[in-house]
Amino acid sequence: MDATVWLPVLVLGLPFASFVLLAVVAPLRRAGRAAGAVSIAAIAAAFLGAVLVWSVGFTREATWTWIPADDGPTATVGVLVDPLANAMLVLVTLVSLLVQIYSLAYLHDERPPSLGRYYTFQSLFAFSMLGLVLSPSFIQMFVFWELVGLCSYLLIGYWYARPTAARAAVKAFWITKLGDLGFVIGIVMLWAATDTFEFRVLFALAQEHALAIEGLGTIMFLIYLGAVGKSAQFPLHVWLPDAMEGPTPVSALIHAATMVTAGVFMVTRAQPLFALVPDVLALIGWVGAFTALLAATMACVESDIKRVLAYSTVSQLGYMMAAAGAGAPDAGFLHLLTHGLFKALLFLGAGAVIHAVGTNDIFRMGGLFRAMPQTGVVFIVGTLALAGFPPLAGFFSKEAILAGVWEADMTGPFLMLALTVLLTAFYMFRVVFLTFFGRAPAAGHPHDPSWTMRAPLWVLAALTVLVGLRLALGDVGAHHGPGWLAPLSVAAALGGIALAWATYQRGVVDPGGLAATFPFSVVDLLARRRYGLDTLYAGLYRGFLLSFSRLIGWIDRYLVDGVLNFLSAWTLRGGDLLRHIQSGHAQDYVYGVAFGVLLLFVWSQWWPR
Amino acid sequence: MSLTAYLTLAALVFAIGLFGVLTRRNAIGILLGIELMFNAVNINLVAFARFHGDLLGLVFTLFTIAITVAEVAVGLAIVIVIFRVRRTVEADRLDLLRG
Repeated sequence: MDATVWLPVLVLGLPFASFVLLAVVAPLRRAGRAAGAVSIAAIAAAFLGAVLVWSVGFTREATWTWIPADDGPTATVGVLVDPLANAMLVLVTLVSLLVQIYSLAYLHDERPPSLGRYYTFQSLFAFSMLGLVLSPSFIQMFVFWELVGLCSYLLIGYWYARPTAARAAVKAFWITKLGDLGFVIGIVMLWAATDTFEFRVLFALAQEHALAIEGLGTIMFLIYLGAVGKSAQFPLHVWLPDAMEGPTPVSALIHAATMVTAGVFMVTRAQPLFALVPDVLALIGWVGAFTALLAATMACVESDIKRVLAYSTVSQLGYMMAAAGAGAPDAGFLHLLTHGLFKALLFLGAGAVIHAVGTNDIFRMGGLFRAMPQTGVVFIVGTLALAGFPPLAGFFSKEAILAGVWEADMTGPFLMLALTVLLTAFYMFRVVFLTFFGRAPAAGHPHDPSWTMRAPLWVLAALTVLVGLRLALGDVGAHHGPGWLAPLSVAAALGGIALAWATYQRGVVDPGGLAATFPFSVVDLLARRRYGLDTLYAGLYRGFLLSFSRLIGWIDRYLVDGVLNFLSAWTLRGGDLLRHIQSGHAQDYVYGVAFGVLLLFVWSQWWPR
Repeated sequence: MSLTAYLTLAALVFAIGLFGVLTRRNAIGILLGIELMFNAVNINLVAFARFHGDLLGLVFTLFTIAITVAEVAVGLAIVIVIFRVRRTVEADRLDLLRG
């Protein structure tokens, strides 16, 4: 095993070592901040390793046998290092590192054992996510896919004593599990057809047009279902806004920058396979664009700052999926990377705001720019990047997606995505104007957070700008599209900003009046009710799952238990009846023996043979 | 004398012993009945040994006698202890193990 394989394995192993150490050595975990130091040291070293891997930029694959069989191993584990994985390695370790540093200050009020638990889960998450991006096969990817899902569940329910957090954790777990069910069935069906899990072999088959399997469309659709759950695509997006019950740094790391992008990453990774089934690809594109638009409308009416960002994440994931569906996975992946930076920045900024004012409600904030200028600046940088404003990172990736979708002749998704550009700028600047400008509420003296929280914010803000400049100077975004595209998207973004400014800053447009006029009133009504999807799922849950469970419960309680209760009751009754035979008089027993011998004698003499 | 005569005698002794075991109230009487039944078996063993010319029966009889002595010693000891505790050896009243 040479150094080129050794390094990514080390990057993967460091967070795992930290997790094992914290999980096994209870005193260290219960010490809280010391556990944080261990976890941060491990992820920092992993980050350096990831940067080294990325800067060398090699492509290597190394696998070891996992499930041996006579004719070659059935399944292997290993690492697959290529540009796709390298970029993800850097993003995951970087955001993990910044979030873990930030959490030290954000969660400083936690009891030490709770903090230790938090960092144990953080290390496990970093390991799982790195294992996912390094997976050389579908089966290993699925294992780590489930592990990140578990970490998501554990960290959403970090404040498990809160009923809402516990419910949100369960909801996230179950809804993503619906998608994962499709994913695992798809993987196994693909394995049954091709006898391999490995990407390398599958892609080679796809290249040689040797993958003409009956029902490949169904298989790829099932695999795509996994991405629908994980990357919060319509109609399984409902778990992500609720996942905001977890601590804000967790939302930044797992529910914005890394885990939720696993679905996009998987679709990008398996692009050669998806390319064989244009119908599924078109479905991915349409669903992605629809998700982007739907989530954007819901973000416009949400008053919880974290939920606005959550809907925005769903919306941006829709963009990435639309790009993958339009056959421009590079654009989607670029957006994944840039979005990871500025959305983590926005979440951490929102965390600083929440930390300072003690509420999530944007209508109870205001004028915070004067009180916390540094947070304000970085938040606006992130907002501009998300709104797609040149020359920040989000502009180029979003334009590349729009160009890719346009060139794929998907007019419907293109229009939805273009409209979403406007809505994105609108809802994000709605948050900015309501939070950082306008009237300040009387209570409290909010101020900028300590440097442990500020430093990650500045690093992410700087990276958002630098990556944007790099994209502006270089020619990384290969899709340039028609010439009118860039002006259009900037104009849409500016339109959204202007609308938000007129509505929430100047008060020229009354938001209530705007929402009451015809085309908006319907959308407003629906968006406020979250398009009835939560209600639908709750109804399905109560109607089908609960009634089914009640039926099963009745069978268990009255049929299964009934048989057992009947048996045990009659055993008792029978014993009670039979015990009278036991008189305690030794002579009665001798009578029994004598009578028995007599019977045996009679039987042996006269029984017909 | 034929073998049948010995066996008939043994059967009679066994029946008398069984009758004693089943009908005596006194625990010592029951023990006596058991002794009679043992001896009926001994008679059988000796008779078969005599008529078949096999010494093994005699050997077994000696064993039975020796073991019977031990059994009687233990049995009488138990009866004495029971008498000390319960002040009676009436079999009908010794029913502590009644279900």
